[in-house]
Amino acid sequence: MLSEEKGPGTDTVTTITDRGLNVRITVASGKGGTGKTTIATNLALSTGGSVLIDCDVEGPNSHIFFPGPMKKLKEVSIPAPEFDLEKCTYCGKCAEFCQYNAISVIGEKLLFFEELCHGCGGCKIICPVNAISEREHRIGIMEHNPERTLFHGLLDISEPFGVPIIRELKGLAKNEGVTIFDSPPGTACPAVEAIRDSDFCILVTEPTPFGLNDLKLTVDVVREIGIPFGVVVNRDGIGDDQVERYCSEEKIPLLARIPNDLEIAKAYSNGTPMVEVFPRYRKIFEELYERIGRMV
Amino acid sequence: MVRELTVISGKGGCGKTTLAASFSALARNHVTADADVDAADMHILLDPEIQRRETFHGLNIATKNDDICINCGKCFENCRYGAFDPDNTLHQEKCEGCAVCELVCPVGAIKMVERQAGEAYISSTRFGPLVHAKLHAGEEASGKLVALVRERARTVAEEHGKDLIVIDGPPGTGCTVIASITGVDMVLIVIEPTLSGIHDSRRIIEVARHFRIPSMVCINKFDINLENTERIMEFCQAEGIEVAGKLPYDENATQAMMAGKTVIEFSDGVLSGNIRDIWKKIEKALS
Repeated sequence: MLSEEKGPGTDTVTTITDRGLNVRITVASGKGGTGKTTIATNLALSTGGSVLIDCDVEGPNSHIFFPGPMKKLKEVSIPAPEFDLEKCTYCGKCAEFCQYNAISVIGEKLLFFEELCHGCGGCKIICPVNAISEREHRIGIMEHNPERTLFHGLLDISEPFGVPIIRELKGLAKNEGVTIFDSPPGTACPAVEAIRDSDFCILVTEPTPFGLNDLKLTVDVVREIGIPFGVVVNRDGIGDDQVERYCSEEKIPLLARIPNDLEIAKAYSNGTPMVEVFPRYRKIFEELYERIGRMV
Repeated sequence: MVRELTVISGKGGCGKTTLAASFSALARNHVTADADVDAADMHILLDPEIQRRETFHGLNIATKNDDICINCGKCFENCRYGAFDPDNTLHQEKCEGCAVCELVCPVGAIKMVERQAGEAYISSTRFGPLVHAKLHAGEEASGKLVALVRERARTVAEEHGKDLIVIDGPPGTGCTVIASITGVDMVLIVIEPTLSGIHDSRRIIEVARHFRIPSMVCINKFDINLENTERIMEFCQAEGIEVAGKLPYDENATQAMMAGKTVIEFSDGVLSGNIRDIWKKIEKALS
Protein backbone atom coordinates (compact mmCIF):
# COMPACT_ATOMS: atom_id res chain seq x y z
CA MET A 1 0.00 0.00 0.00
CA LEU A 2 2.72 2.43 0.98
CA SER A 3 4.84 1.65 -2.05
CA GLU A 4 2.11 2.85 -4.38
CA GLU A 5 2.23 6.28 -2.90
CA LYS A 6 3.92 9.25 -4.40
CA GLY A 7 6.89 10.75 -2.66
CA PRO A 8 6.40 13.41 -0.04
CA GLY A 9 5.55 16.91 -1.14
CA THR A 10 4.16 16.01 -4.55
CA ASP A 11 0.67 16.92 -3.45
CA THR A 12 -0.53 19.93 -1.53
CA VAL A 13 -1.98 19.66 1.92
CA THR A 14 -5.40 20.67 0.82
CA THR A 15 -5.93 17.50 -1.19
CA ILE A 16 -8.92 16.31 0.79
CA THR A 17 -10.75 19.61 0.93
CA ASP A 18 -9.91 20.34 -2.71
CA ARG A 19 -11.76 17.22 -3.61
CA GLY A 20 -14.68 18.59 -1.62
CA LEU A 21 -14.66 15.57 0.61
CA ASN A 22 -16.26 15.37 3.99
CA VAL A 23 -13.77 13.47 6.14
CA ARG A 24 -13.93 12.47 9.78
CA ILE A 25 -10.63 11.40 11.28
CA THR A 26 -10.42 10.06 14.83
CA VAL A 27 -7.14 10.02 16.73
CA ALA A 28 -7.15 7.17 19.27
CA SER A 29 -4.90 5.00 21.42
CA GLY A 30 -5.46 2.40 24.09
CA LYS A 31 -2.74 3.70 26.33
CA GLY A 32 -3.05 7.19 27.72
CA GLY A 33 -0.29 9.73 27.25
CA THR A 34 1.00 8.36 23.96
CA GLY A 35 0.37 11.61 22.11
CA LYS A 36 -3.24 11.60 20.87
CA THR A 37 -3.68 15.27 21.65
CA THR A 38 -0.28 16.12 20.16
CA ILE A 39 -1.23 14.45 16.89
CA ALA A 40 -4.81 15.77 16.85
CA THR A 41 -3.91 19.39 17.57
CA ASN A 42 -0.88 19.56 15.28
CA LEU A 43 -2.81 17.86 12.48
CA ALA A 44 -5.68 20.31 12.93
CA LEU A 45 -3.27 23.26 12.91
CA SER A 46 -1.52 21.96 9.78
CA THR A 47 -4.74 21.58 7.82
CA GLY A 48 -6.46 24.86 7.20
CA GLY A 49 -10.21 24.99 7.72
CA SER A 50 -10.49 21.85 9.79
CA VAL A 51 -12.50 21.54 12.98
CA LEU A 52 -11.14 19.69 16.01
CA ILE A 53 -13.54 18.02 18.42
CA ASP A 54 -11.90 16.82 21.65
CA CYS A 55 -13.94 13.83 22.85
CA ASP A 56 -11.78 13.09 25.91
CA VAL A 57 -14.47 14.48 28.20
CA GLU A 58 -12.78 13.16 31.36
CA GLY A 59 -9.59 15.08 30.64
CA PRO A 60 -9.72 17.28 27.53
CA ASN A 61 -6.35 18.88 26.76
CA SER A 62 -6.57 20.14 23.17
CA HIS A 63 -7.70 23.61 24.26
CA ILE A 64 -4.35 24.10 25.97
CA PHE A 65 -2.76 24.26 22.50
CA PHE A 66 -5.27 26.72 21.03
CA PRO A 67 -5.33 30.43 21.76
CA GLY A 68 -8.26 32.12 23.40
CA PRO A 69 -10.49 31.10 26.26
CA MET A 70 -13.09 28.39 25.81
CA LYS A 71 -16.66 29.61 25.95
CA LYS A 72 -19.66 27.65 27.09
CA LEU A 73 -21.74 26.21 24.28
CA LYS A 74 -24.31 24.32 26.31
CA GLU A 75 -24.90 22.05 29.26
CA VAL A 76 -25.36 18.36 28.67
CA SER A 77 -28.01 16.52 30.64
CA ILE A 78 -29.53 13.09 30.72
CA PRO A 79 -33.06 12.36 31.91
CA ALA A 80 -33.38 11.16 35.49
CA PRO A 81 -36.51 9.93 37.26
CA GLU A 82 -38.45 11.98 39.77
CA PHE A 83 -40.60 10.03 42.18
CA ASP A 84 -44.01 11.24 43.36
CA LEU A 85 -44.10 9.60 46.79
CA GLU A 86 -47.78 10.50 47.23
CA LYS A 87 -48.62 8.19 44.34
CA CYS A 88 -45.89 5.58 44.95
CA THR A 89 -47.17 2.29 46.35
CA TYR A 90 -43.66 0.94 46.98
CA CYS A 91 -44.41 -2.06 44.80
CA GLY A 92 -40.71 -2.21 43.90
CA LYS A 93 -41.26 -2.80 40.16
CA CYS A 94 -38.95 0.08 39.20
CA ALA A 95 -36.15 -1.24 41.42
CA GLU A 96 -36.61 -4.74 40.09
CA PHE A 97 -36.48 -3.49 36.49
CA CYS A 98 -33.52 -1.10 36.74
CA GLN A 99 -30.51 -2.87 35.19
CA TYR A 100 -28.10 -0.44 36.82
CA ASN A 101 -29.30 -0.93 40.42
CA ALA A 102 -29.99 2.78 40.67
CA ILE A 103 -33.25 2.29 42.60
CA SER A 104 -33.82 0.40 45.79
CA VAL A 105 -37.19 -0.09 47.53
CA ILE A 106 -37.12 -1.43 51.07
CA GLY A 107 -40.49 -1.53 52.81
CA GLU A 108 -41.96 1.97 52.56
CA LYS A 109 -38.67 3.51 51.62
CA LEU A 110 -37.38 4.33 48.13
CA LEU A 111 -33.74 5.15 47.50
CA PHE A 112 -32.47 6.57 44.21
CA PHE A 113 -28.75 6.53 43.37
CA GLU A 114 -28.49 9.21 40.72
CA GLU A 115 -24.88 8.46 39.80
CA LEU A 116 -25.81 4.92 38.74
CA CYS A 117 -28.74 6.02 36.54
CA HIS A 118 -28.22 5.84 32.75
CA GLY A 119 -31.45 7.73 32.03
CA CYS A 120 -33.06 4.90 30.05
CA GLY A 121 -36.58 5.76 31.20
CA GLY A 122 -37.53 2.15 31.94
CA CYS A 123 -38.69 2.88 35.50
CA LYS A 124 -41.15 5.47 34.22
CA ILE A 125 -42.61 3.00 31.74
CA ILE A 126 -42.94 0.15 34.23
CA CYS A 127 -44.46 2.14 37.12
CA PRO A 128 -48.09 0.93 37.39
CA VAL A 129 -49.35 4.08 39.12
CA ASN A 130 -47.57 6.79 37.08
CA ALA A 131 -45.57 7.95 40.07
CA ILE A 132 -42.43 8.56 38.03
CA SER A 133 -41.79 11.59 35.85
CA GLU A 134 -38.49 12.81 34.43
CA ARG A 135 -36.26 15.79 34.96
CA GLU A 136 -32.92 16.81 33.49
CA HIS A 137 -29.79 15.72 35.31
CA ARG A 138 -26.71 17.71 34.29
CA ILE A 139 -23.62 15.62 33.66
CA GLY A 140 -21.30 18.16 32.04
CA ILE A 141 -20.84 20.95 29.52
CA MET A 142 -19.62 21.57 25.99
CA GLU A 143 -17.35 24.50 25.15
CA HIS A 144 -15.76 26.05 22.05
CA ASN A 145 -12.90 28.40 21.23
CA PRO A 146 -13.57 31.94 19.92
CA GLU A 147 -13.05 30.87 16.27
CA ARG A 148 -15.27 27.81 16.64
CA THR A 149 -12.51 25.60 15.25
CA LEU A 150 -12.24 23.63 18.50
CA PHE A 151 -14.99 22.04 20.57
CA HIS A 152 -14.71 19.95 23.70
CA GLY A 153 -16.77 18.50 26.50
CA LEU A 154 -16.16 18.35 30.23
CA LEU A 155 -17.70 15.64 32.36
CA ASP A 156 -18.68 17.03 35.75
CA ILE A 157 -16.60 15.86 38.70
CA SER A 158 -18.02 12.67 40.27
CA GLU A 159 -20.17 11.89 37.21
CA PRO A 160 -19.29 8.42 35.88
CA PHE A 161 -20.67 8.36 32.32
CA GLY A 162 -19.28 10.64 29.66
CA VAL A 163 -20.70 8.87 26.63
CA PRO A 164 -23.81 11.12 26.29
CA ILE A 165 -21.49 14.16 26.05
CA ILE A 166 -19.34 12.42 23.42
CA ARG A 167 -22.52 11.64 21.47
CA GLU A 168 -23.55 15.30 21.52
CA LEU A 169 -20.05 16.44 20.59
CA LYS A 170 -20.03 14.15 17.59
CA GLY A 171 -23.35 15.64 16.54
CA LEU A 172 -21.60 19.02 16.17
CA ALA A 173 -19.55 17.80 13.21
CA LYS A 174 -20.68 19.35 9.97
CA ASN A 175 -21.10 17.27 6.86
CA GLU A 176 -18.40 19.18 5.06
CA GLY A 177 -14.67 19.63 5.25
CA VAL A 178 -12.33 17.94 7.67
CA THR A 179 -13.31 17.09 11.24
CA ILE A 180 -10.70 15.63 13.58
CA PHE A 181 -11.80 13.86 16.76
CA ASP A 182 -9.46 13.44 19.72
CA SER A 183 -10.56 10.20 21.41
CA PRO A 184 -10.41 9.33 25.10
CA PRO A 185 -7.86 6.63 26.02
CA GLY A 186 -8.81 3.01 26.58
CA THR A 187 -10.87 0.52 24.62
CA ALA A 188 -14.18 0.75 26.49
CA CYS A 189 -17.40 2.54 25.57
CA PRO A 190 -16.14 6.17 25.57
CA ALA A 191 -13.37 5.33 23.07
CA VAL A 192 -15.75 3.29 20.92
CA GLU A 193 -18.25 6.15 20.85
CA ALA A 194 -15.51 8.51 19.67
CA ILE A 195 -14.18 6.17 16.97
CA ARG A 196 -17.53 4.99 15.61
CA ASP A 197 -18.78 6.57 12.35
CA SER A 198 -15.33 7.96 11.47
CA ASP A 199 -13.90 7.57 7.99
CA PHE A 200 -10.42 6.91 9.31
CA CYS A 201 -8.73 6.23 12.60
CA ILE A 202 -5.16 7.19 13.50
CA LEU A 203 -3.81 4.97 16.28
CA VAL A 204 -1.05 6.69 18.20
CA THR A 205 1.41 4.54 20.07
CA GLU A 206 4.90 4.60 21.48
CA PRO A 207 7.53 1.96 20.70
CA THR A 208 7.49 0.33 24.15
CA PRO A 209 5.94 -2.88 25.54
CA PHE A 210 3.07 -0.87 27.10
CA GLY A 211 2.51 0.96 23.84
CA LEU A 212 2.47 -2.27 21.82
CA ASN A 213 0.16 -4.08 24.24
CA ASP A 214 -2.39 -1.28 24.21
CA LEU A 215 -2.04 -0.79 20.46
CA LYS A 216 -3.05 -4.41 19.91
CA LEU A 217 -6.13 -3.93 22.09
CA THR A 218 -7.12 -0.84 20.13
CA VAL A 219 -6.56 -2.56 16.79
CA ASP A 220 -9.10 -5.18 17.95
CA VAL A 221 -11.61 -2.43 18.64
CA VAL A 222 -11.09 -0.58 15.36
CA ARG A 223 -11.25 -3.81 13.36
CA GLU A 224 -14.52 -4.66 15.07
CA ILE A 225 -15.93 -1.24 14.25
CA GLY A 226 -14.66 -1.77 10.73
CA ILE A 227 -13.04 1.46 9.59
CA PRO A 228 -9.68 1.98 7.86
CA PHE A 229 -6.81 2.85 10.18
CA GLY A 230 -3.07 3.34 10.43
CA VAL A 231 -0.46 3.84 13.11
CA VAL A 232 1.60 6.84 14.16
CA VAL A 233 4.63 6.04 16.31
CA ASN A 234 5.34 8.81 18.78
CA ARG A 235 8.61 9.21 20.71
CA ASP A 236 10.26 7.14 18.01
CA GLY A 237 13.62 5.99 19.32
CA ILE A 238 12.87 5.43 23.01
CA GLY A 239 12.13 1.73 22.76
CA ASP A 240 12.52 -1.03 20.20
CA ASP A 241 11.11 -2.06 16.82
CA GLN A 242 8.36 -4.36 18.13
CA VAL A 243 5.59 -1.97 17.16
CA GLU A 244 6.92 -1.69 13.63
CA ARG A 245 7.27 -5.45 13.32
CA TYR A 246 3.74 -5.93 14.60
CA CYS A 247 2.41 -3.40 12.07
CA SER A 248 4.18 -5.06 9.16
CA GLU A 249 3.01 -8.54 10.23
CA GLU A 250 -0.56 -7.29 10.52
CA LYS A 251 -0.27 -5.22 7.32
CA ILE A 252 -1.17 -2.06 9.18
CA PRO A 253 0.18 1.07 7.46
CA LEU A 254 2.71 3.00 9.50
CA LEU A 255 1.65 6.55 8.74
CA ALA A 256 4.29 8.64 10.49
CA ARG A 257 6.99 8.72 13.12
CA ILE A 258 7.43 11.57 15.57
CA PRO A 259 10.96 11.54 16.98
CA ASN A 260 11.67 11.37 20.69
CA ASP A 261 12.83 14.93 21.09
CA LEU A 262 13.15 16.64 24.46
CA GLU A 263 12.41 19.95 22.73
CA ILE A 264 9.01 18.63 21.63
CA ALA A 265 8.32 17.47 25.19
CA LYS A 266 9.25 20.88 26.55
CA ALA A 267 7.05 22.71 24.04
CA TYR A 268 4.22 20.32 24.90
CA SER A 269 4.67 20.98 28.61
CA ASN A 270 4.06 24.68 27.98
CA GLY A 271 1.05 24.15 25.73
CA THR A 272 2.91 25.11 22.56
CA PRO A 273 2.05 23.14 19.42
CA MET A 274 5.21 21.69 17.90
CA VAL A 275 4.33 22.76 14.35
CA GLU A 276 4.42 26.35 15.53
CA VAL A 277 7.82 26.28 17.22
CA PHE A 278 9.49 23.78 14.92
CA PRO A 279 8.28 24.36 11.36
CA ARG A 280 10.38 21.36 10.29
CA TYR A 281 7.78 19.11 11.91
CA ARG A 282 4.95 20.62 9.93
CA LYS A 283 5.97 18.42 7.01
CA ILE A 284 5.27 15.26 9.04
CA PHE A 285 1.68 16.36 9.55
CA GLU A 286 1.20 17.52 5.98
CA GLU A 287 2.38 14.14 4.74
CA LEU A 288 0.25 12.35 7.29
CA TYR A 289 -2.78 14.25 6.12
CA GLU A 290 -2.00 13.59 2.51
CA ARG A 291 -1.54 9.90 3.13
CA ILE A 292 -4.88 9.63 4.92
CA GLY A 293 -6.49 11.51 2.05
CA ARG A 294 -5.46 8.71 -0.25
CA MET A 295 -6.72 6.00 2.08
CA VAL A 296 -10.29 7.20 2.65
CA MET B 1 -7.22 -4.84 58.54
CA VAL B 2 -6.47 -4.63 54.83
CA ARG B 3 -5.43 -1.19 53.61
CA GLU B 4 -5.88 -0.06 50.01
CA LEU B 5 -3.82 2.40 47.96
CA THR B 6 -4.74 3.46 44.41
CA VAL B 7 -2.31 5.15 42.03
CA ILE B 8 -4.16 7.56 39.71
CA SER B 9 -3.34 10.56 37.52
CA GLY B 10 -6.24 11.94 35.51
CA LYS B 11 -4.03 12.20 32.43
CA GLY B 12 -2.72 8.95 30.97
CA GLY B 13 0.93 8.12 30.47
CA CYS B 14 2.15 9.94 33.58
CA GLY B 15 3.81 6.85 35.03
CA LYS B 16 1.06 5.22 37.11
CA THR B 17 1.96 1.65 36.19
CA THR B 18 5.71 2.23 36.46
CA LEU B 19 5.18 3.51 40.00
CA ALA B 20 2.54 1.00 41.08
CA ALA B 21 4.75 -1.88 39.87
CA SER B 22 7.69 -0.44 41.80
CA PHE B 23 5.54 -0.22 44.92
CA SER B 24 4.60 -3.84 44.36
CA ALA B 25 8.31 -4.69 44.35
CA LEU B 26 8.85 -2.74 47.57
CA ALA B 27 5.79 -3.71 49.60
CA ARG B 28 6.20 -6.73 51.82
CA ASN B 29 2.84 -8.32 52.51
CA HIS B 30 0.44 -7.27 49.82
CA VAL B 31 -1.79 -8.03 46.85
CA THR B 32 -1.45 -6.07 43.60
CA ALA B 33 -4.53 -5.17 41.54
CA ASP B 34 -4.61 -3.75 38.01
CA ALA B 35 -7.76 -1.63 37.77
CA ASP B 36 -6.96 -0.27 34.32
CA VAL B 37 -9.09 -3.04 32.84
CA ASP B 38 -9.43 -1.72 29.29
CA ALA B 39 -5.72 -1.12 28.78
CA ALA B 40 -4.02 -3.23 31.43
CA ASP B 41 -0.21 -3.18 31.43
CA MET B 42 0.83 -4.36 34.88
CA HIS B 43 1.17 -7.96 33.67
CA ILE B 44 4.00 -6.88 31.37
CA LEU B 45 6.16 -6.01 34.38
CA LEU B 46 4.91 -8.63 36.83
CA ASP B 47 4.82 -11.65 34.50
CA PRO B 48 1.86 -13.34 36.20
CA GLU B 49 1.06 -17.02 36.22
CA ILE B 50 -2.72 -17.27 36.09
CA GLN B 51 -4.11 -19.45 38.88
CA ARG B 52 -7.80 -18.79 38.51
CA ARG B 53 -9.84 -17.20 35.77
CA GLU B 54 -13.49 -16.27 35.73
CA THR B 55 -15.83 -14.97 33.08
CA PHE B 56 -17.12 -11.48 33.60
CA HIS B 57 -20.70 -10.86 32.55
CA GLY B 58 -21.38 -7.19 32.13
CA LEU B 59 -24.85 -5.92 31.49
CA ASN B 60 -27.21 -8.05 29.44
CA ILE B 61 -27.56 -7.34 25.75
CA ALA B 62 -30.66 -7.15 23.55
CA THR B 63 -31.33 -9.80 20.91
CA LYS B 64 -34.23 -9.64 18.47
CA ASN B 65 -36.13 -12.43 16.77
CA ASP B 66 -37.13 -11.02 13.39
CA ASP B 67 -39.53 -13.93 12.76
CA ILE B 68 -41.76 -12.71 15.58
CA CYS B 69 -41.19 -8.95 15.14
CA ILE B 70 -44.26 -7.12 13.80
CA ASN B 71 -42.33 -3.89 13.05
CA CYS B 72 -44.46 -1.81 15.39
CA GLY B 73 -41.52 0.55 16.03
CA LYS B 74 -41.84 0.60 19.82
CA CYS B 75 -38.21 -0.49 20.34
CA PHE B 76 -36.96 2.29 18.07
CA GLU B 77 -39.20 4.89 19.78
CA ASN B 78 -38.15 3.97 23.31
CA CYS B 79 -34.44 3.19 22.98
CA ARG B 80 -32.42 6.21 24.08
CA TYR B 81 -29.07 4.90 22.90
CA GLY B 82 -29.75 4.70 19.18
CA ALA B 83 -29.49 0.91 19.14
CA PHE B 84 -32.47 0.61 16.78
CA ASP B 85 -32.81 2.10 13.31
CA PRO B 86 -36.16 3.57 12.24
CA ASP B 87 -36.75 0.27 10.42
CA ASN B 88 -36.25 -1.52 13.78
CA THR B 89 -32.87 -3.03 12.87
CA LEU B 90 -30.94 -3.70 16.07
CA HIS B 91 -27.31 -2.55 16.45
CA GLN B 92 -26.07 -4.57 19.39
CA GLU B 93 -22.86 -2.57 19.71
CA LYS B 94 -24.90 0.47 20.76
CA CYS B 95 -26.97 -1.43 23.34
CA GLU B 96 -26.41 -0.23 26.92
CA GLY B 97 -28.33 -3.13 28.41
CA CYS B 98 -31.22 -1.12 29.88
CA ALA B 99 -33.88 -3.68 28.76
CA VAL B 100 -36.46 -1.03 27.85
CA CYS B 101 -36.90 -2.58 24.38
CA GLU B 102 -37.70 -5.95 25.91
CA LEU B 103 -40.18 -4.20 28.21
CA VAL B 104 -42.04 -2.37 25.45
CA CYS B 105 -42.04 -5.09 22.78
CA PRO B 106 -45.66 -6.26 22.57
CA VAL B 107 -44.88 -9.64 21.01
CA GLY B 108 -41.84 -10.80 22.95
CA ALA B 109 -39.48 -10.51 19.97
CA ILE B 110 -36.73 -8.99 22.08
CA LYS B 111 -34.90 -10.89 24.78
CA MET B 112 -32.08 -9.65 26.97
CA VAL B 113 -29.30 -12.23 27.11
CA GLU B 114 -26.10 -12.53 29.11
CA ARG B 115 -22.99 -11.30 27.39
CA GLN B 116 -19.46 -12.24 28.14
CA ALA B 117 -17.78 -8.88 28.58
CA GLY B 118 -14.37 -9.92 29.82
CA GLU B 119 -12.32 -12.08 32.11
CA ALA B 120 -10.84 -11.60 35.57
CA TYR B 121 -7.71 -13.40 36.78
CA ILE B 122 -6.08 -14.22 40.06
CA SER B 123 -2.40 -14.83 39.41
CA SER B 124 0.82 -15.43 41.24
CA THR B 125 3.88 -13.29 40.62
CA ARG B 126 7.35 -12.84 42.11
CA PHE B 127 5.79 -10.07 44.23
CA GLY B 128 2.82 -12.06 45.50
CA PRO B 129 -0.71 -12.28 44.14
CA LEU B 130 -1.91 -10.11 41.25
CA VAL B 131 -5.58 -9.64 40.44
CA HIS B 132 -6.14 -8.36 36.92
CA ALA B 133 -8.67 -8.46 34.12
CA LYS B 134 -9.29 -8.05 30.44
CA LEU B 135 -12.32 -6.23 29.11
CA HIS B 136 -13.36 -7.44 25.68
CA ALA B 137 -12.98 -4.93 22.86
CA GLY B 138 -15.42 -2.07 23.12
CA GLU B 139 -17.43 -3.44 26.03
CA GLU B 140 -19.59 -1.50 28.44
CA ALA B 141 -19.53 -1.84 32.21
CA SER B 142 -15.80 -1.41 32.72
CA GLY B 143 -16.56 0.09 36.14
CA LYS B 144 -18.25 -3.15 37.13
CA LEU B 145 -15.18 -5.12 36.11
CA VAL B 146 -13.00 -2.83 38.22
CA ALA B 147 -15.34 -3.48 41.15
CA LEU B 148 -14.95 -7.23 40.55
CA VAL B 149 -11.13 -6.94 40.47
CA ARG B 150 -11.15 -5.06 43.76
CA GLU B 151 -13.54 -7.54 45.36
CA ARG B 152 -11.33 -10.46 44.36
CA ALA B 153 -8.22 -8.62 45.57
CA ARG B 154 -9.82 -8.16 48.99
CA THR B 155 -10.78 -11.84 49.16
CA VAL B 156 -7.24 -12.91 48.20
CA ALA B 157 -5.78 -10.52 50.78
CA GLU B 158 -7.98 -11.95 53.52
CA GLU B 159 -7.32 -15.55 52.52
CA HIS B 160 -3.55 -15.05 52.51
CA GLY B 161 -3.34 -12.73 55.50
CA LYS B 162 -2.09 -9.78 53.43
CA ASP B 163 -2.45 -6.31 54.89
CA LEU B 164 -2.23 -4.09 51.80
CA ILE B 165 -3.66 -3.85 48.28
CA VAL B 166 -1.71 -1.76 45.75
CA ILE B 167 -4.09 -0.74 42.96
CA ASP B 168 -2.95 0.58 39.57
CA GLY B 169 -5.74 2.92 38.51
CA PRO B 170 -7.03 3.94 35.08
CA PRO B 171 -6.77 7.44 33.55
CA GLY B 172 -9.70 9.87 33.49
CA THR B 173 -12.33 10.80 36.06
CA GLY B 174 -15.25 8.58 35.02
CA CYS B 175 -16.74 5.26 36.08
CA THR B 176 -13.54 3.17 36.10
CA VAL B 177 -11.70 5.78 38.15
CA ILE B 178 -14.57 6.14 40.60
CA ALA B 179 -14.80 2.35 40.92
CA SER B 180 -11.06 2.11 41.56
CA ILE B 181 -10.90 4.73 44.32
CA THR B 182 -14.16 4.52 46.29
CA GLY B 183 -13.45 3.37 49.82
CA VAL B 184 -9.65 3.12 49.51
CA ASP B 185 -7.47 4.47 52.30
CA MET B 186 -5.37 6.72 50.11
CA VAL B 187 -4.73 7.73 46.52
CA LEU B 188 -1.36 8.69 45.13
CA ILE B 189 -1.85 11.21 42.34
CA VAL B 190 0.93 11.16 39.74
CA ILE B 191 1.35 14.50 37.99
CA GLU B 192 3.66 15.41 35.14
CA PRO B 193 4.67 19.07 34.94
CA THR B 194 2.92 19.81 31.66
CA LEU B 195 -0.09 22.11 31.28
CA SER B 196 -2.14 19.06 30.27
CA GLY B 197 -0.96 17.14 33.31
CA ILE B 198 -1.77 20.06 35.60
CA HIS B 199 -5.22 20.53 34.04
CA ASP B 200 -6.14 16.88 34.52
CA SER B 201 -4.61 16.60 37.98
CA ARG B 202 -6.76 19.45 39.25
CA ARG B 203 -9.80 17.48 38.14
CA ILE B 204 -8.64 14.23 39.74
CA ILE B 205 -7.82 16.03 43.00
CA GLU B 206 -11.41 17.26 43.04
CA VAL B 207 -12.70 13.73 42.38
CA ALA B 208 -10.65 12.35 45.30
CA ARG B 209 -11.93 15.13 47.51
CA HIS B 210 -15.53 14.49 46.45
CA PHE B 211 -15.22 10.89 47.58
CA ARG B 212 -13.37 12.00 50.73
CA ILE B 213 -10.22 10.04 50.04
CA PRO B 214 -6.90 11.29 51.44
CA SER B 215 -4.44 12.15 48.66
CA MET B 216 -0.70 12.42 48.22
CA VAL B 217 1.03 13.71 45.11
CA CYS B 218 4.10 12.54 43.22
CA ILE B 219 5.52 14.75 40.48
CA ASN B 220 6.98 12.61 37.71
CA LYS B 221 9.57 13.83 35.19
CA PHE B 222 9.74 17.00 37.28
CA ASP B 223 12.82 18.28 35.44
CA ILE B 224 11.00 18.49 32.09
CA ASN B 225 9.57 21.82 33.21
CA LEU B 226 10.77 23.26 36.51
CA GLU B 227 8.40 26.21 36.37
CA ASN B 228 5.38 23.95 36.09
CA THR B 229 6.79 21.75 38.86
CA GLU B 230 6.94 24.82 41.05
CA ARG B 231 3.29 25.61 40.21
CA ILE B 232 2.26 22.07 41.18
CA MET B 233 4.17 22.37 44.48
CA GLU B 234 2.37 25.66 45.15
CA PHE B 235 -1.13 24.50 44.46
CA CYS B 236 -0.59 21.29 46.41
CA GLN B 237 0.46 23.37 49.36
CA ALA B 238 -2.56 25.62 48.95
CA GLU B 239 -4.81 22.56 48.76
CA GLY B 240 -3.13 20.96 51.78
CA ILE B 241 -1.92 17.94 49.82
CA GLU B 242 1.46 16.48 50.68
CA VAL B 243 3.93 16.09 47.82
CA ALA B 244 5.50 12.71 48.60
CA GLY B 245 8.33 13.27 46.16
CA LYS B 246 9.62 14.34 42.77
CA LEU B 247 11.01 11.91 40.21
CA PRO B 248 13.40 12.93 37.44
CA TYR B 249 13.01 12.06 33.77
CA ASP B 250 15.06 8.88 33.50
CA GLU B 251 15.53 6.52 30.57
CA ASN B 252 15.78 3.69 33.09
CA ALA B 253 11.98 3.73 33.40
CA THR B 254 11.62 2.78 29.72
CA GLN B 255 14.61 0.45 29.81
CA ALA B 256 13.14 -1.41 32.79
CA MET B 257 9.86 -1.77 30.92
CA MET B 258 11.70 -3.18 27.90
CA ALA B 259 13.33 -5.71 30.21
CA GLY B 260 9.97 -6.63 31.76
CA LYS B 261 11.16 -5.47 35.16
CA THR B 262 10.21 -2.87 37.71
CA VAL B 263 12.51 0.14 38.09
CA ILE B 264 13.47 -1.13 41.56
CA GLU B 265 14.82 -4.41 40.17
CA PHE B 266 16.32 -2.92 37.04
CA SER B 267 18.48 -0.15 38.42
CA ASP B 268 19.82 1.08 41.70
CA GLY B 269 20.13 4.66 40.53
CA VAL B 270 18.55 7.98 41.49
CA LEU B 271 15.09 7.12 40.18
CA SER B 272 14.99 3.88 42.09
CA GLY B 273 16.19 5.61 45.25
CA ASN B 274 13.58 8.36 44.95
CA ILE B 275 10.81 5.82 44.49
CA ARG B 276 11.97 4.05 47.65
CA ASP B 277 11.75 7.33 49.57
CA ILE B 278 8.23 7.96 48.28
CA TRP B 279 7.21 4.44 49.21
CA LYS B 280 8.47 4.95 52.77
CA LYS B 281 6.27 8.04 53.09
CA ILE B 282 3.26 6.21 51.73
CA GLU B 283 3.79 3.25 54.04
CA LYS B 284 3.98 5.61 56.97
CA ALA B 285 0.84 7.48 55.90
CA LEU B 286 -1.03 4.21 55.50
CA SER B 287 -0.05 2.77 58.87
